[in-house]
Amino acid sequence: MNYLINIKDKVNIMNDLTDIYNDIIMEHSLASYNKRKLENPDMVEKGHNPNCGDEIEIELKMDGNIIKDIAFTGHGCAISQSSTSIMIDVLKGKSIEEAMDIIKTFIGMIKREIKDEEELKKLEEAIAFRNISNMPARVKCALLAWHTLEDMLNKKND
Amino acid sequence: MDIKEIRKDFPIFNEDIVYLDSGATSQRPKQVIEKINEFYERANANPHRGSYKLSIEATEAYEGSRRKVAEFINAKHHEEVIFTKNATEALNLVAYSYGMDNIKQDDEIVISIMEHHSNLVPWQKVAKKNQAKLKYMYINDNFELDKQEIQNKITKNTKIVGITHVSNVLGTINPVKDIIDIAHKNGAIVILDASQSIPHMKIDVQDLDADFVVFSGHKMLAPLGIGVLYGKKDILDKMSPFILGGDMIEYVYEQDTTFATLPNKFEAGTQNVGGAVGLAAAIDYMNSIGYNNIEEAEREVVGYAISKLKELDFVKLYCTNNLENHLSVLSFNIDGIHPHDVSTILDSVNVAIRSGNHCAQPLLRFLGIDATCRASFSFYNTKEDVDKLIIGIKKANELFNKYKR
Repeated sequence: MNYLINIKDKVNIMNDLTDIYNDIIMEHSLASYNKRKLENPDMVEKGHNPNCGDEIEIELKMDGNIIKDIAFTGHGCAISQSSTSIMIDVLKGKSIEEAMDIIKTFIGMIKREIKDEEELKKLEEAIAFRNISNMPARVKCALLAWHTLEDMLNKKND
Repeated sequence: MDIKEIRKDFPIFNEDIVYLDSGATSQRPKQVIEKINEFYERANANPHRGSYKLSIEATEAYEGSRRKVAEFINAKHHEEVIFTKNATEALNLVAYSYGMDNIKQDDEIVISIMEHHSNLVPWQKVAKKNQAKLKYMYINDNFELDKQEIQNKITKNTKIVGITHVSNVLGTINPVKDIIDIAHKNGAIVILDASQSIPHMKIDVQDLDADFVVFSGHKMLAPLGIGVLYGKKDILDKMSPFILGGDMIEYVYEQDTTFATLPNKFEAGTQNVGGAVGLAAAIDYMNSIGYNNIEEAEREVVGYAISKLKELDFVKLYCTNNLENHLSVLSFNIDGIHPHDVSTILDSVNVAIRSGNHCAQPLLRFLGIDATCRASFSFYNTKEDVDKLIIGIKKANELFNKYKR
């Protein structure tokens, strides 16, 4: 019976779709200025959700320890596209350590492990994705770019 | 047939849900669920093993289910029915036990571009391992296989033809009798994937004359985890076993083993008796409704859905214009909205559809798309379900229209 109760809960939460498809997310998903190619990127990495076919490619240009520029190309749903674009806005100009901290906080927010408002402030616009945790089926869409960049920065640190 | 009454048999419809994903798995009527319970409550034991009454009862339940399946698909011999986990396992069994042993260098395996990955990836592996060629029959602009294309691809070099009866993405009913006829004239054997057809149309294996037919129980009202491989007896007899272990042997010595006869040869280990009992109950339920009624009810509702979707100029439908060659499955896309977003928005109004590549990436690549929305219907769906689907699609379009430039 628990399954059905969960479905009902989910439906109530989902009644306000604009929690998810809010202005920030929609603007970024349909016309992102971050969707472009970089000249001579230092690192390029593909992110892929084989189950749904979402595919992005993130390009990274570093200036020492600082993320000088990031851009992306690819295709996917509104959630994965906007999440990638907003991530780029938030992390551009940050140091690797700051970026890793923000990525961990974002993942923590989506997994509902981090709820502290003060801590979430560092996510800036990316806080727009907090309600994605109500939609388990879409969590992987929101996390695709963040996991991909996390892998890139880990490699950079190695 | 009164659909409203039939829906009462399905406990899940006590909830306010429009279920349009029967192509992925069907819902189950209480008559099936009760039979499974009854087995576990009254007849549960390990079949073929014990000499006590309960084990004999379990064996009878299991073998009775096999006879019921054989009769349902009109198999000549009941031992031609092999129980598997699902259609995927059945296809792997044929690929490994028949394909690996019989395909030689430069032989050709022919499949269609609309195959599910389960009837594609195993053949890739057989072709690579045995240095054979994997060839594809492509669809025309009307999402169908031309007879010319079939005749061009199936040649004297073809040894195996794998074909889905109904596409799980397009709903196209393939001309499988023609394909089987052409394959046999060229000396090839045919594996028919009936997973998407058997929930909707009568399968007569002797009339079709396919060498192998596979399907999953869970798409036709039975529980998850039970599937069927039908194979012609003379071919199955010559094949080596797939999975080795208990119950599939005759004598086991330290260095050698002889194997059991059909069907046990292909059923190693303790089998899913509860699943087989559930499949038999599903067959009883489908027989009580009758394929004629199922087909009639589905044609009416699916036809209504097609006409409603065609009214929306922002929807692209991937469906043949020859409706007599189509059933159940409708793939579509909304202009400018990714299928996953459509599916999330439909979920917000309790309409369950599938979105993605439907385990058919080569087909979607061929069509030049990454994903589709897929609504798939069963006899328990109604025109009201279609109306709710259309309302949800309009809602999705409105939500995204605000932001389109």
